[in-house]
Amino acid sequence: MHTRFIHLMRSVLAASLLAAAPVWADSYKGPTPPAVYTQECGGCHLAFPPNLLSKASWQRVMSGLEKHYGSDASLDAATQKQIDTWLQTYGGQGKRAREDPPQDRITRAAWFERKHREVSAATFKRASIKSSANCAACHGDAAQGNFEDDRVRIPK
Amino acid sequence: MLQKLFMLLLFASFQAMAATPADLLAGYTAQAGHPANASKGEAFFKASHGQEWQCTSCHGKSLMLGGRHASTDKAIEPLAPAANAKRFTDSAKAEKWFRRNCKDVLVRECTAAEKADVLAWLISLR
Repeated sequence: MHTRFIHLMRSVLAASLLAAAPVWADSYKGPTPPAVYTQECGGCHLAFPPNLLSKASWQRVMSGLEKHYGSDASLDAATQKQIDTWLQTYGGQGKRAREDPPQDRITRAAWFERKHREVSAATFKRASIKSSANCAACHGDAAQGNFEDDRVRIPK
Repeated sequence: MLQKLFMLLLFASFQAMAATPADLLAGYTAQAGHPANASKGEAFFKASHGQEWQCTSCHGKSLMLGGRHASTDKAIEPLAPAANAKRFTDSAKAEKWFRRNCKDVLVRECTAAEKADVLAWLISLR
């Protein structure tokens, strides 16, 4: 009963936040990631906002870094722990994190596919884009957590 | 906790400043037990080792110009120290990337001799 009440309150709070700040819908406004996250994860790809995956998904990603989507992304134990702690603290918050997408890929989440339904597979494969994981190809301000529709420019 | 992290980062950055590509090469050469061979390093770097990716898949064909990550398309700064003064100035960072990238390209870690050869070649580039 008690947990159900907390759940309800959480939903009400989330709904009121969403209603109060509609312009935030496609942006990450949480705490700035620690330098270690930007350096290590951002060394190869966009340092993805932590709210795009659930905590369980982040945990699986972090425990399989030697085989990270076709590449070895292993870290030393201390660095791994720092990043893991941050993701388990700030990951999994908000509506995007309600599902564990296939293979824990952000690009396979239902919300991601819905948001990109007008972008064809051929477009994602363009030399200027390469893959749907390359957020910054079209979302110029992705590094700042800005994914708003009016900031999108799809390169030729 | 945060203060500790700061101290660690500060310490790491001092360490990084202390090393030069020549220092790292000396370390790998000592481990290998024989002098480095730059032309062997070039051939090793440009060769296919039977996997989907080669070194040049991400680092590009010109090490003075840089490349783009083969799957994410992220820009990768030039690997040659002459073009990018930050390269090979932090031995832990160099070791981390050798470990990961050798596993991607050769499905094993590189030997100290292979690292010495590649680094000798990279240092020779102008």
